[in-house]
Amino acid sequence: MTKSILLAGFGGQGILFSGKFLAYKGLIEGKEVSWLPSYGPEMRGGTCNCSVIISDTQIGSPIIANPDILVAMNLPSLDKFENDVVPGGQIYVDSTLIERKVQRDDVEVFYIPATKMASDNGIRTLANMIIMGNIIKHCDDIPHDNIDKAMAKVVSAKHQDLLGVNINAVELGYNY
Amino acid sequence: MAEKVLMKGNEALAEAAIMAGCRHYFGYPITPQTEVAAYMSKKMPKIGGTFLQAESEIAAINMVLGVASTGKRVMTSSSSPGISLKSEGLSYLAGCDLPALVVNVQRGGPGLGGIQPSQSDYFHATRGAGHGDFHMIVLAPSNVQEMVNLTFKGFDLADKYRMTSMILADGTMGQTMEPVLLEQGEITQYEKPWATTGTKMERPHNIVNSLFLKPEQLEVENFKRYERYKKIEETEALYDTYRMEDADVCVVAFGIGARVSHNAIDEARKAGIKAGMIRPITLWPFPKAALKEAADKVKAFISVELSMGQMIEDIELATRCAKPVMLCNRVGGMIPTVKNVYDSIVEADKIGGDK
Repeated sequence: MTKSILLAGFGGQGILFSGKFLAYKGLIEGKEVSWLPSYGPEMRGGTCNCSVIISDTQIGSPIIANPDILVAMNLPSLDKFENDVVPGGQIYVDSTLIERKVQRDDVEVFYIPATKMASDNGIRTLANMIIMGNIIKHCDDIPHDNIDKAMAKVVSAKHQDLLGVNINAVELGYNY
Repeated sequence: MAEKVLMKGNEALAEAAIMAGCRHYFGYPITPQTEVAAYMSKKMPKIGGTFLQAESEIAAINMVLGVASTGKRVMTSSSSPGISLKSEGLSYLAGCDLPALVVNVQRGGPGLGGIQPSQSDYFHATRGAGHGDFHMIVLAPSNVQEMVNLTFKGFDLADKYRMTSMILADGTMGQTMEPVLLEQGEITQYEKPWATTGTKMERPHNIVNSLFLKPEQLEVENFKRYERYKKIEETEALYDTYRMEDADVCVVAFGIGARVSHNAIDEARKAGIKAGMIRPITLWPFPKAALKEAADKVKAFISVELSMGQMIEDIELATRCAKPVMLCNRVGGMIPTVKNVYDSIVEADKIGGDK
């Protein structure tokens, strides 16, 4: 099993953070993992993306040309990466921020109004984690386990008080 | 046993340096290696070490020279344009026979270039790091674990041979996060009777110097240095191989180039092409013997690199031009794709001729 996941959106949406969550979850589950951020000017307010690979075997390149899973948290990201997803892959769309539909019919698409859900639940910055929860729901290779453990690793020591709301956001997405 | 943790290459390297006993870091921020300096700035003050953001890269490398003179483990890090500035100091370190670790997390060049990954400082690192006859030991990590292990190795070799070790990484290695085991065996302590640590009125002064105005003496210094280099070339070359047992086409790649090639070789094998890889871990000394041996068995070599064919010379020299050497490259911050490498393998398999 090798799953390559491309997470993309605006800087500030927690793209890199949610990628770290998936990577740590994989590590805890005994998988090989890699996490590669885009860096430079695109991180500072522009579009931002991050490549995560989770595998049973040694990972070759950490660079993803054709993801199995695409998370699009803004329109430019969907426009840019939609056609790169492998046939039979999955696309997760934040439907609060992206009005258009995915054009392809050879991929599974999940529309999650994550930004609205986050706002409605008083966790405005956690749309990213809601989508992570929805990936866990639909992707068999990313099981509904070790969420608390992985979260404890990625939430910084300074912000441990936010551990609970992050986990709740994942559950919210899982149950959507 | 230590637990695997997820760390960025740059941070893992910095932590490894601290574990290796480095307590003095001098640097200046530059993308994509800034995390090294940032990590050091957080950690060094807590463990009684020195983190100093110098006024320039030139100042930083000369501070490294100062600490190295005392025999303490010391390092600096930068990215390509900053490494150019350090060139003078690298030559002086060599002229003074001082051990130090210098990290280059390369970005596209020449000039200010860009900030995306590159390997185009290959010539600089392996041939012309500064004026005069000298070499550095050049280590090329291909994953985050090697960012750690080669940092340990780099400090050790620097002490052992009294010379600079350079970690030649690229932006991807610095920025990627992978699981790492932060563990090293016992640190070998080398005697440093040359260190300027104070005579305590018990011995003559130690003098660290690279100025020798008598040509006869300067010649001797150069000859002595090259005796050591010869020994290093014979004993310290490191490389890894992948699926080379029956390979017809041999990819030669390091750093991120090797990671991409790994996937391309798997694809080629699926398509029935016998491809393999020799991955130099030391770029100087270059693993000549392994290449030469492979030249008897394969049809062709492909140099996969993020530069304009700089490694081809080393492959051709090592193999005495016995087999064709093709180039598969992207530059300027671009990275060869798996398809780029795969297509080159297919091409090499066709034109490579008889074994």
